[in-house]
Amino acid sequence: MARNISFSQALREAMIEEMEQDPAVFLMGEDVGLFGGVFGVSAGMFDKFGESRVRDTPISEAAIVGAGLGAALVGMRPIVEIMFADFVTVAMDQIVNQAAKARYMSGGKANVPLVMRVVNGAPGSAAAQHSQSPEGWFMNVPGLKIVIPATPYDAKGLLKTAIRGEDPVMFFEHKMLYALEGEVPDEDYYLPFGQAAIRREGTDATIIAIGGTVQPAMEAAAQLAGRGLAAEVIDPRTLVPFDTAAVVESVKKTGRVVIAHEAHRRAGPGAEIAALLAEEAIGYLDAPIIRVATKNVPFPYNPDLERFILPGAADIVQAVEGVVTYRL
Amino acid sequence: MDQLKNYSKKELLEFYRQMRLIREFELRAINERRNGLIPGFIHSCVGQEATAVGMCVALQPDDVIASTHRGHGHLIAKGGKPKFMMAELAARSDGYCGGKGGSLHMTDFELGILGANGIVAGGIPMAVGAALAFQMRNEPRVAVAFFGDGAVNEGAFHEAANLAGLWKLPIIFMCENNLYGEGTPQSKQAPVTDLSLRAEGYGFPGVIVDGNDVLAVYRAAGEAVNRARAGGGPTFIEGKTYRQRGHYEGDPMVYRSKAEMAEWKSRDPIFTFRDQLLAANIAAPADIETVNAAIQAELDGAVQFAAASPPPAPESALAGVYFDTHEGRVF
Repeated sequence: MARNISFSQALREAMIEEMEQDPAVFLMGEDVGLFGGVFGVSAGMFDKFGESRVRDTPISEAAIVGAGLGAALVGMRPIVEIMFADFVTVAMDQIVNQAAKARYMSGGKANVPLVMRVVNGAPGSAAAQHSQSPEGWFMNVPGLKIVIPATPYDAKGLLKTAIRGEDPVMFFEHKMLYALEGEVPDEDYYLPFGQAAIRREGTDATIIAIGGTVQPAMEAAAQLAGRGLAAEVIDPRTLVPFDTAAVVESVKKTGRVVIAHEAHRRAGPGAEIAALLAEEAIGYLDAPIIRVATKNVPFPYNPDLERFILPGAADIVQAVEGVVTYRL
Repeated sequence: MDQLKNYSKKELLEFYRQMRLIREFELRAINERRNGLIPGFIHSCVGQEATAVGMCVALQPDDVIASTHRGHGHLIAKGGKPKFMMAELAARSDGYCGGKGGSLHMTDFELGILGANGIVAGGIPMAVGAALAFQMRNEPRVAVAFFGDGAVNEGAFHEAANLAGLWKLPIIFMCENNLYGEGTPQSKQAPVTDLSLRAEGYGFPGVIVDGNDVLAVYRAAGEAVNRARAGGGPTFIEGKTYRQRGHYEGDPMVYRSKAEMAEWKSRDPIFTFRDQLLAANIAAPADIETVNAAIQAELDGAVQFAAASPPPAPESALAGVYFDTHEGRVF
C-alpha cells in the first residue's frame, strides 16, 4: 500500500522509524526539539522521543557537527540539522577537515555514521545568507557523500539509507520542497546511493535536473512535449556517488544535454557533470552541454531580482530548444 | 615533593617511565627524520610530558582522548605503541594509519585515541561529542580534549566548551599552556595569561596547575575525572608548561630568548621528577638506569619495526575513503 505524504513528513518518518529501531540514532540541531524544526520537519519528535534524543542545541554549527562526529566515532548514529545551508560555513572545518577525512586519516579505521541534514534553496526573499545551495562546494571534498532528493519517496528512502550508512552524508533538503506531496509506500524501504531516477523518458534531449530543479524540469519537459520535443529528465538523487552510467546511457540516446541546478553556475555540480560527459560521452554529443543554474551573483532580497537570477522552467525550455536546434 | 609518600615506588617509577618514554621516543623520531626514515614534519612535546602523563594516568582504558598536532605524548600516555607510532611516522604500512595519517592523525580507537589533529582546536568538539554519547548511554566514561594555549582563541573551542558546560558533559578540557602559539608568545595572542578563566563563562571550574609537575597534574586530573564520572560536568585544567623545542623541528625560534629557554630547561618535568625520586631515596640510580635501558631497547625495536615495515602500495592511496567502495572514480 502507499499513501500521499509531504516531503517533510517523509523525512520525519525516516527519522522516526530509524530512531525506533536503533537507540544509537538521535537528532540534534537548532530548534529541532521544542520548536519542531524551523520548517517543522521534526514536529512531534520531541514529545515522542524526549529531549535527550531530539536535542535542541545552542546556535553553534561547529559544535553541532563536531559533537555529532565525536558521538559517531564512539558508536552513535547522529543526525544533525543545519537550519540553513548558508550556515555550514561556520562548521566548515568540522565537516571538511574532521568528519570527511576521519576514516582516511585513520587508515580506514574510523566509522563516521553522521548525517548532516542541510536546508538549502530559494526563493523566499531570504537574501544572500539564507538562500544558497552549496552542495557543489562539498563535491570537491573526498570522504563526504552528497544526497539531494527531489520527491517524498526519495527523501524517505535516501535518508534511511544515510542513517544506516557508515560515512558522513550531507543531505540537502530544498526548503521549497517540504510541502511537496508524493506517493510513499507503507512498507519499510531503503534507496541505494548512486542510482539516478529517470523521471521522464525521451529521445530528443537529456535534462539532468538536481534537487529543486527537478519539478521545473518536469514542467519544461511537458511544455516541450507540446511542441513535439521528447525530453528525458534524469534526477541523479545523489551527487556523490554519482550515477555516471545512467547519464551516459541517456546521452547515447539523445546526444543533447541540459544540466539544471539551483547551485550557482560557476563550478557548480553541472560543471563536474559536464566534464564527466566530456570525458566519457563526447562521441555521443551532438551539441554543446548547456547549464541552467543560478546566475553568479549573491541572492538578492527583492523578489523580482531573485526570480531573475534563479533557473526556472522557461530557462530549461529555452536551453533544450537551443541544444536540440544546434547543428555541428 | 610532599606528595611522593602517597604513591608506591612502582607507581612513581611508572610516571617516570612514561614521561621518559615520550621524551626518548620523540628524540629518536627527530633523529630518524634526520636519517631519512621519516618523511614528514614533527611537532615535538619535549618539555610537556607531565601534562600528557598526569592526565592519562587518571583515565581508564575505555575513556577517550582527542589530541593535537603535538600529540605523541598524549598517545603514548594513553597506551599508544611506539612501534606502530614509529612505523606511522615512517609512512609504512604497519603504522597506526597504514602510512596515510602521519604524526598529525594517529588514531587507535581500541585505546580510546580518537586522533591527533592537524587543526588547532579541531578535535575539541569531537571530544565533546564522545562525552555526549557517554552521557546519553549512561556509561561511566569520560572524554579528554587536549589542546594548547593557541586553541582557546579558536571558535571551535568556545562552541564546544559552551555545549559541554550547558549539558554538563563528562569531559576534561586539558589545556597545555606552553606559552607559545606557533611562533607568537601567548601574551600576544590573548588579553589574559590565565586561560582557565575562560571556563567560568561556560559554567564549569577552571584550575591552574604546574604543568611540569606530573603529580600535580595527576591530582587535578583525578579530581576532574571523578567529578565528570559522577555527573558533575566538565573541568578546565590549565597546565603551565613550556615547549622546549621549536613549534616544528627546524623552527629557528627567533621569537624567544636563550635565557628563557635555559630557565625552563632547569624546570624540566622529567629530570626534576627523577631528582626528587633520587633525593627522597625512593629510587636508586640503578632503578632509573633499568627503566632507561628498557626504554632504549623498546625504541630500538620500534625503529627496526618501522624500517622493516613495507611501504604501502601506491594504489592503496585510493582505498579507505568510504566504508564501501566509490574510490578510484572522479567523484
